[in-house]
This record gives sequence, C-alpha cells and structure tokens, in this order.
Amino acid sequence: MPETAPVVTLDNVTVTYAKNAALRDVTTAFAPGAVGLLGPNGAGKSTLIKTLLGFIVPDRGQMRVLGLDVAVSPLEIRARVGYMPENDAHIPGMNAVSFVAYCGELAGLPRVDAMQRAHEVLFYVGLGEARYRNVETYSTGMKQRIKLAQALVHDPDLLFLDEPTNGMDPKGRDEMLELVRDLAHNKGVNLILSSHLLPDVEYTCDAVVVMDKGAVATAGPIAALKQPRGRVYELRVKTSTGDFESFLGRLRAAGLECHATDEDVMRVFVPGEGGARELFALATAERVQVRHLRPSVPTLEDVFAHAVGEE
Amino acid sequence: MPIHDQGYRRYGGLKARTGTGWMVITRAGIRSQLAKRAFLGLLLLSFLPFFARAIQIYLAVNFPQTGDLLAVKPDLFRQFLDQQQIWVFFITVYVGAGLIANDRRANALQIYLSKPLTRAEYIFGKLAILIAFLLLVTWVPALLLLVVQIAFAGNFTFLLKNLYLFPAITVFAFIQVTMVAAAMLALSSLSKSSRYVAILYAAVIFFSQAIYGVLTVVTRSTQLSWISFPANLSQLGDVIFRMPSKYETPWPVALLMIVGLITVSGFVLERRVRGIEVVA
Repeated sequence: MPETAPVVTLDNVTVTYAKNAALRDVTTAFAPGAVGLLGPNGAGKSTLIKTLLGFIVPDRGQMRVLGLDVAVSPLEIRARVGYMPENDAHIPGMNAVSFVAYCGELAGLPRVDAMQRAHEVLFYVGLGEARYRNVETYSTGMKQRIKLAQALVHDPDLLFLDEPTNGMDPKGRDEMLELVRDLAHNKGVNLILSSHLLPDVEYTCDAVVVMDKGAVATAGPIAALKQPRGRVYELRVKTSTGDFESFLGRLRAAGLECHATDEDVMRVFVPGEGGARELFALATAERVQVRHLRPSVPTLEDVFAHAVGEE
Repeated sequence: MPIHDQGYRRYGGLKARTGTGWMVITRAGIRSQLAKRAFLGLLLLSFLPFFARAIQIYLAVNFPQTGDLLAVKPDLFRQFLDQQQIWVFFITVYVGAGLIANDRRANALQIYLSKPLTRAEYIFGKLAILIAFLLLVTWVPALLLLVVQIAFAGNFTFLLKNLYLFPAITVFAFIQVTMVAAAMLALSSLSKSSRYVAILYAAVIFFSQAIYGVLTVVTRSTQLSWISFPANLSQLGDVIFRMPSKYETPWPVALLMIVGLITVSGFVLERRVRGIEVVA
C-alpha cells in the first residue's frame, strides 16, 4: 500500500439498529497520520469504529482498512489495528502488566515478547510504577492509560481511539493528548481519534472527518478546512440612530454573510478578494462609523459549526 | 540523558498466525484458577473418593477374604463417576460461573474481540478451561483407578475381561463434561453477575430433578425422567457401562435431551458473545 493511500476507506456504508440508521451511506477516506473523527454525541462515530472492527455488520457498503476488505479479512485487520474503547474495559482479576501482556499474546506476540512489550508500553503511557497493581483498583485516568497500553502492545499500524480523554483531569488529559500526538507524529502510528472535544482533535490531528446524524458533514485536512474562501472580520460599528438592522441588511444585500454577536458587534464574512475595503465602502454609503475592525482567524470550531449547520 | 529510552518502540519480531488465541485464553484461565488456594483445596477434596477407591482396590486385591464386600467389579467405575458428580457441580459453579459473566461485567468482550480472535475461538477458549478441570476430576481419576487396579493386581486380567471400560469411561466423562460445561457457559453469558449465574445453574439442576421427583410420585413411573438432566445423564451412563437402566425412558430420548441442551447452549452463546451489546 503506498504511504499516501488512505488507511481506511468507506463506500456507501449504512448501518441500522432496529429501524434507526446509525450510519447513512457513509463514503469517506481516512488519510495516513492522525485523523480526527468529530461529531456531536450520537453522530455515529463509535458505530463507525465498531463497524470497521467487524463488531457490527453493515446493511450495505464496503470498507477497507489498511488495504484489506473488512468483510473478507477481519482477523488480518484486527492483528494490525489497536482499539481503545470508549467505556471502561479490562480483563478482570489481572494486574496491569499481566493484562497488557495477555492482550499482546492474544494479538499473536510470543509470550516473552508480550511481557517485555507490556513493561515498555506501560512505562510509555505513564503506568510504569503502578504496573503490578490490579487494574480494578485504578483511577479513571489510569484506566484510560491502560486501555491505550493494551491497544499499543502489539505495535499496531493503525489505532482507533474512542474518546481517549473521557473522564480525565486537565493534567491527565494534557498528558494523554501528548502521548497521542507523539504516537502519530514521532512514532509513525496512524490513528483515528474519535472525539466530540474540538481542542483534542485540533491539537493531535492533521485531518478531520466531521460526522453529524450518521453522515459525513465535511472532511479534509484541518488547515485546508480552516482556510476561508474569503475573509472573516470582527466589526464594531456606531450609527447615528442606533439602528443596526439597515446596515446588516445592506451587508447581506451585497452578498456578505454576517452574524451579529452583540448589539454593535458582528462577524462578517467577505467572499473573494474584496476584504476590508469593501466593508468600509458599505459603511460609508450607510453613514455608519466603523469603530473597530479586526480580521478573525477561523477555528476548527467554526468548521465544525458550519459543517453541522450551527451558527 | 537516560541510559535506556523507555519510550515507544516499534516491534520487529514475528507474530503468531491467527487461530491460536483460544490457547492463550485457556492457559491464562487455568493459571488464574490454580493461583487460588480455595480452588486448590476444592481440587484436593475432589480426589478423596479416588483415594478411597484406590484403598478399596488395594484391599480387594491383597485380602481376598474381604469377599464381595470390597470386590472390584466393572460397576465400581460407574459408581465412582456417579460419586464425582457432586465435585463436578462444585467445580462447575466455582470455575464456570464467572467465565463470561466477569468479562461482560468488565466490558472485556470488546477487548477480546478487537484482537485477531473469532467469537468461536473465544468461546472455545473459555469452554476448554472448564472442560480441563472437569476432566481432571472425572476422566483422569477414573482412568487412574484402572491403572491402580492393574498395578495392585500385577496383571491385566481384569482389564482384558472388561475391555469396554476404557471407552466407556471416556465416552461417559466427555458427554457429562461437555453437557455441563456448555450449559454453564451459556448461563454465564446471560448475566454480568457470577453469583447470579451460580444460583441459576443450581436452580436448573435441582429444579429439573425436583419436578421429575414430583412427577414420578404422581405418575408412579419413571417415564418422565427426560425432564431431569441428571437423570438423562444417568440413563446414558447405564447404557454406556452396560448396566440395567433405572428409568423407563428410552436412552435415545435421554441422548436427544442432552444434545438439545448442548445445541441450545451453543445458540445462546452465539447470540450473547458479541463485541457490542445492541439494545433495540
């Protein structure tokens, strides 16, 4: 498989639970590197991951992971991927190092290698000192880390991380994100990070697939998605009458997209090359004073909100 | 600078081909049970009937004056396997109740099934744990008793006269163990509480036996013995060991009930062992 080829592709995948469609004709591709799977709760992110792992058989559609067909080679795929589930999950009655080594053996590592890798991976995720403790005595943050360790122990080519920072305190969350970022950018592990937390995805991932109501709302490299097709300005104005509606109407009539965030403050999207000059011209024509004008940098939050149809 | 970098490293070794995961599960399950003192105590206790029977064989062979009282006959082995049923029950409950229930409680199924492991391999790996221990308290000591008889008698006369004993012990022990293990594993997949599973298993065994007991009194016949799973097993045991049957039910009916129980257990396991739980 060429290095630039997508690690995961979905082609018209539909999954329904009873009569509810969890995924509707999803067609998308996940590029190598770190890709965020963004979406509000219930958007179908976890369902998508579980379908790729073969836990759920889709009603229709085709999926390929690392170049292999999910319907034909599920075991070969699972030998090459790691999965960190969203919920608390462990093998009962085991200490951390036994648990992780056991997962390594299940993934096909020889016993000695599995044990050695278990120690290494536990140190890597920050559980080195607690590796002989029973997993059931771990805190929520530690349980998140051990889930990452068991997903990593067999050195997967692709990691599925389902809400990896769930329930973690701010420090633990930062450390987890640092680990995820290091894996993707320094250790050459491809990963798909499912989250509803935009800053987590923005910090760790290069590309994003935004899902909403079981469908892909938008997808692509984060940098490209954040690149506006025009310019966004934050604007504060003053009118002699105190009426801003006619000015807003004038802006809209000129084809500018504007949202009033406060009485006299608004965010205006100016398409094309016109920029601030066009704004000033319209303000002059409407006899409005521009008190403040600042170019606004789009965030992933803007991309997300736009994709899912929020203002 | 650290002497040894404890960061993440890529793995350069070889991985086993798929299809061997069940052995990992079985090995780990057996190891974890043997690490429990209470279970080791239970295993030791389950061997007491073996030692008692070994002493009986020793006395019968070396002191012929004991006559019929301690004589070694083929039905000794049948009786021994009957006596072991109580230990089969305790070991099934102790080992089997939590086999899948505990995994379901800890959401471990999604960990298992995200590895290169089929559902069948997972079930077989779990089943093999229980089967191994149950054979250890039925088939193994029964065969050892045959060896003990040969050793104390110093000849093969008894064995050659009763050549059917080895296959009879083997077939009966495997039918018993397969039925019990499959039923317990299916029950274990139905709940997240091993305690509840243990109670359910005991209820199935005792309830079917109790219903049969009541119906025997009411109908004054043993034709309804197929209701009771212990009775079905006993019926088959009598046929396998060439002994007169205690029940009026034809043995194929008893066999059908046992096969039916194993099939239903397989169906339950197929439905319950999944990577996700969908509540429609």
